[in-house]
Amino acid sequence: MSKDMNMGQYLVSSAEERPDFAAIAAWIPHGASVLDLGCGDGSLLRYLKETRRVRGYGVEINDVDIVMCIANGVNVIQNDLESGLSDFEDNSFDFVILSQTLQATRHTEALVNEMLRVGREGIVSFPNFGYWKNRVNVLRGHMPVSDELPYQWYDTPNVHLCTLHDFEMFCGRHRVSILDRRVMTGKFEMKLLPNLLGSTAVYRFQRGI
Amino acid sequence: MNTTNSIGIVRAQRAQFDTPLVFRSGAVLPRYELVYETYGKLNADKSNAILICHALSGHHHVAGVYADQPKNVGWWDNMVGPGKPIDTDKFFVVGLNNLGGCSGSTGPSSLDPAIGKPYGASFPMITVEDWVESQARLADRLGIKQFAAVIGGSLGGMQALQWSLAYPERVRHVLAIASAPRLTAQNIAFNDVARNAILTDPDFHGGNYYQHNVVPTRGLRLARMLGHITYLSDDAMADKFGRELRSEQLNYGYDVEFQIESYLRYQGDKFAGLFDANTYLLMTKALDYFDPAHDFGGDMNKAFARSKSDYLVVSFTTDWRFSPQRSREIVQTLLHNRRNVSYAEITSTHGHDSFLMEHPHYFDVMRAYLDNVASEVSR
Repeated sequence: MSKDMNMGQYLVSSAEERPDFAAIAAWIPHGASVLDLGCGDGSLLRYLKETRRVRGYGVEINDVDIVMCIANGVNVIQNDLESGLSDFEDNSFDFVILSQTLQATRHTEALVNEMLRVGREGIVSFPNFGYWKNRVNVLRGHMPVSDELPYQWYDTPNVHLCTLHDFEMFCGRHRVSILDRRVMTGKFEMKLLPNLLGSTAVYRFQRGI
Repeated sequence: MNTTNSIGIVRAQRAQFDTPLVFRSGAVLPRYELVYETYGKLNADKSNAILICHALSGHHHVAGVYADQPKNVGWWDNMVGPGKPIDTDKFFVVGLNNLGGCSGSTGPSSLDPAIGKPYGASFPMITVEDWVESQARLADRLGIKQFAAVIGGSLGGMQALQWSLAYPERVRHVLAIASAPRLTAQNIAFNDVARNAILTDPDFHGGNYYQHNVVPTRGLRLARMLGHITYLSDDAMADKFGRELRSEQLNYGYDVEFQIESYLRYQGDKFAGLFDANTYLLMTKALDYFDPAHDFGGDMNKAFARSKSDYLVVSFTTDWRFSPQRSREIVQTLLHNRRNVSYAEITSTHGHDSFLMEHPHYFDVMRAYLDNVASEVSR
């Protein structure tokens, strides 16, 4: 590593810290092809490679993450998601994943369309803005700051936060058909009142008719 | 980690080949020599070899210095050495001077034993494919069945790509840096202007200037000046020179006035004193001819279908001679063919020349990739 790089940056964020990883992996059959958009340090792809033997590629824009992906032994293409997925051919992946990135995309509608052009199915995970703790924060007069939303209002990359209801309405209006949903708080799945009790949502979807 | 470590004193070696080489053009070279250097140790199962392919003006002296020339540092010494991204503690690194070169391998300025005079204009037109063939023979000579990686920048990147097409089983990883799958019309046009500068120099004598004891210095100098402009970015030139003058005031004449003129002329003179004009012509033609899709009806995806290698593709944001877009074409072709590929677009101000410069992120990318390559091979 070059002298000005902190070795600590190269540690893989542990899969246990990301309960959505296991939820995503559960939907992905062995040997599937996977495109992970905004793949960060490549830990999800590495996890899927190790647990599901996927043929995977990540897309990431951040320089440090590119190095970490390579160090993690996963394929990564440096590119800006907002400029589309023109490097990728139609229907070239079984799954296109957008993990904890949807809320930070500017051209969200275009990106979801691109996901379903390139992939047979899409998977997104995002922090549920409808989670009760977030609601309490807002009721108390503040923007929520939590493990899932660790930013202050002035430095957050999250420009398109939504609730479960919002996302499902979005899918209905954009010819996206939802195949499956997992809502979680920490490691626990929330089946009761998910839009209120779940802090993280993971959806699996395909192009609707 | 000490990143200033050099491999130290190295020496050039020579390999003689007596099996005729048939060029893509149909021409035949009955015998030839390749000059090369190696660094590090080849491991027991000969799996840790890396081949470095040079660009237009490169050669076999990739890293280190010569005992009798302590200031003659290899052209990629910042990248290749102990503890460096191409780590000679882990890899056995081979650098050679390409056939047709002018740094010791058989080329136009070498003596043709058949006629007792330099080959000159009679040296066959060479292609990237021919180079890879000659490099494969050198690998055979060194006992290397498969390279852990073949690495090159620019024209060197084209050779690295070609390796994975000509010998899919013999290269595990390809690192193509600041390269392109084939040149665009604009790029060929630059090369043609450079060639015309040489070809129209009165001292060129149809390529047989050696017998006239002259060198087409003016042409070669112009060719290099033009090339050099295209290797730098507008920003880098503005930063380095701006409109700075050499003297205090304008002289209203054709002598050097702006610093950029002084710099380019110096670079041109330096190069023309060292390099062979015929080799320059050959190298630029090899660039122009390279097109893996040529035999596949122009379909690059089909051309790469036979590859079995993994790839790292690297480009630099301000490189307009081999722009990021061209590297992304390589990536797209590899994605189509489901090859393992990573792509890094390095933010750098130095244009095409960036691939030769020390840049923390670029070096981290190279190091991370090659560390994984090293972990696949035994010590």
